[in-house]
Amino acid sequence: MSIIKVENLVKKFGNVTAVNDVSFNVEEGTIFGFLGPNGAGKTTTINILCALLSPTSGRAFIDGHDCAKESASVRKSIGIVFQDTTLDKDLTAEENLLFHAYLYNVQKSERQKRVDDALKFVDLFGRKDDLVKKYSGGMKRRLEVARGLIHRPKVLFLDEPTLGLDPQSRANLWEFITELPKQHNVTIFMTTHYMEEAEVCSDIAVIDNGKIIARGSPEELKKIVGGDVIYLKTKDNATAVEEIKKVLNVEASAKGGEIFMSTIKGDACIPELIRTLGDSVLSVRLQRPTLNDVFLKLTGKAIREEESSGSDTIKEEVRAYRRRHS
Amino acid sequence: MEFNAIYVIVAREFKKFVRERSRLVSAIARPMVWLFLVGAGMSRLVSPVGGVSYMQFIFPGILGMTILFSSIFSSISIIWDKEFGFMKEILVAPVSRLSIVVGKALSGTIISTIQAVIVLALFPFLGLKLGILNIVGVILICSAVSFSISAFGILLATFYESYESFSVIMNFIVMPMFFLSGAMYPVKLLPDILKFVAKLNPLTYGVDALKHVISPLATGPMSPDFNIFVDIGVIVSMSVVFVLIGGKAFERKG
Repeated sequence: MSIIKVENLVKKFGNVTAVNDVSFNVEEGTIFGFLGPNGAGKTTTINILCALLSPTSGRAFIDGHDCAKESASVRKSIGIVFQDTTLDKDLTAEENLLFHAYLYNVQKSERQKRVDDALKFVDLFGRKDDLVKKYSGGMKRRLEVARGLIHRPKVLFLDEPTLGLDPQSRANLWEFITELPKQHNVTIFMTTHYMEEAEVCSDIAVIDNGKIIARGSPEELKKIVGGDVIYLKTKDNATAVEEIKKVLNVEASAKGGEIFMSTIKGDACIPELIRTLGDSVLSVRLQRPTLNDVFLKLTGKAIREEESSGSDTIKEEVRAYRRRHS
Repeated sequence: MEFNAIYVIVAREFKKFVRERSRLVSAIARPMVWLFLVGAGMSRLVSPVGGVSYMQFIFPGILGMTILFSSIFSSISIIWDKEFGFMKEILVAPVSRLSIVVGKALSGTIISTIQAVIVLALFPFLGLKLGILNIVGVILICSAVSFSISAFGILLATFYESYESFSVIMNFIVMPMFFLSGAMYPVKLLPDILKFVAKLNPLTYGVDALKHVISPLATGPMSPDFNIFVDIGVIVSMSVVFVLIGGKAFERKG
């Protein structure tokens, strides 16, 4: 069943079109990745889905509720972890979670238990009485995820959940996020800049300039850039190239002391390669396409170019527009 | 309206207020400075009129000032919440904008009333004699005024996005509101143009109501400027109007 439905969504800020006729569905219990460079329209789309912004046209539904018309039901069904922290740093971790429980009208008998469980789940129970300003970046983010789950939402939005975290905290957070759909019966809708992190998604939509330009699982998307590449060193590269072309019927060429060849199934190709060339093989290296390659191919830019000037200008313009009209 | 949400918004502000000792100290120090440094100095220039000394005359105004600063400060914390992101946590919750505004206004009310009560305890030192009924009356008026000023502050906060605007609000709105409220000099002695501005100032009616209860027998220039029922009517209706407009202003943001 589709828990999120987006139909022909358009959002304009003045003459800037941040989201341009976007449609997609997200299935219940999956981890959905929403990828795109800065200023592509990711956060705008999330804000519409969270009933924080109303769309210029088109419709969006969460668990059957219209995001533009039934904001109260939509807000009850979702949890959000924003890019920038939204914790109160002058309150303790426990107080932040209790605040949330009251705000979402969690029953009195349930309140303390849910807060305690959430703190234990993210391994912060021992530090529940510390002021949040004493927490590290990773701890804050974990606390925010825990907070987002207290009211048992159907969908949890994670906007760049690992931005600004060190590699170890990122790894920890991911391990924990991938457990969420099973443990908490929740659908994850996330955006990220880190393409290797998007590998955990069961389904991905790539957005650029306000339009969805690709859809599919990480495996499906990688097929867009073609197959794997095998790099190989042998005692005699010229002879080896001839052998490969003749026996395996694959295009290969030698360059810079290395032979490289593209194939569809690189891993299956290696044993055959070694059987053919025998002792002559010195080393073999398999390179599979990454989502970053996919991204590069689709948008012509690497996703991590955070300072890419064009998209920043759009962001600035949208901000200026919102300042003027709010 | 969601009562759990209102409760927790108030509880958060209260907890932070109690934790922040320096805020309480400066909140109490300011009225003392005005009362005992400015008031005592001015007493040398202004002789008692109609049985009221200058320090007794400004006492209601000093209570009004305590309320003004602490209510505006409390409401302006909305700008801090926006700046540091916490406001988003509240805005994405299934809570009506009116509840948020009422919660914030009640936070300001409670915090300001507590401070006003502390300042009120100084009355014996000024030679004022207040009976228990007067004291209860003063506290009731203080809480009503606190609510209306807090609601006014929320309305201000919806127009400002960053805390740089704080000094603008302080210098161009709060200080003139204090001086044109009848706190330091009677409204009836002001030039016409300032008298007109004073009548638009919500704090004027609060200070005036306090004068009625604190020095009920005053006559002449130091007596209250308006009828007490006018004062209370204005305070109550301004509270309602500010809260409703504040709720609408928040809605528009969403």
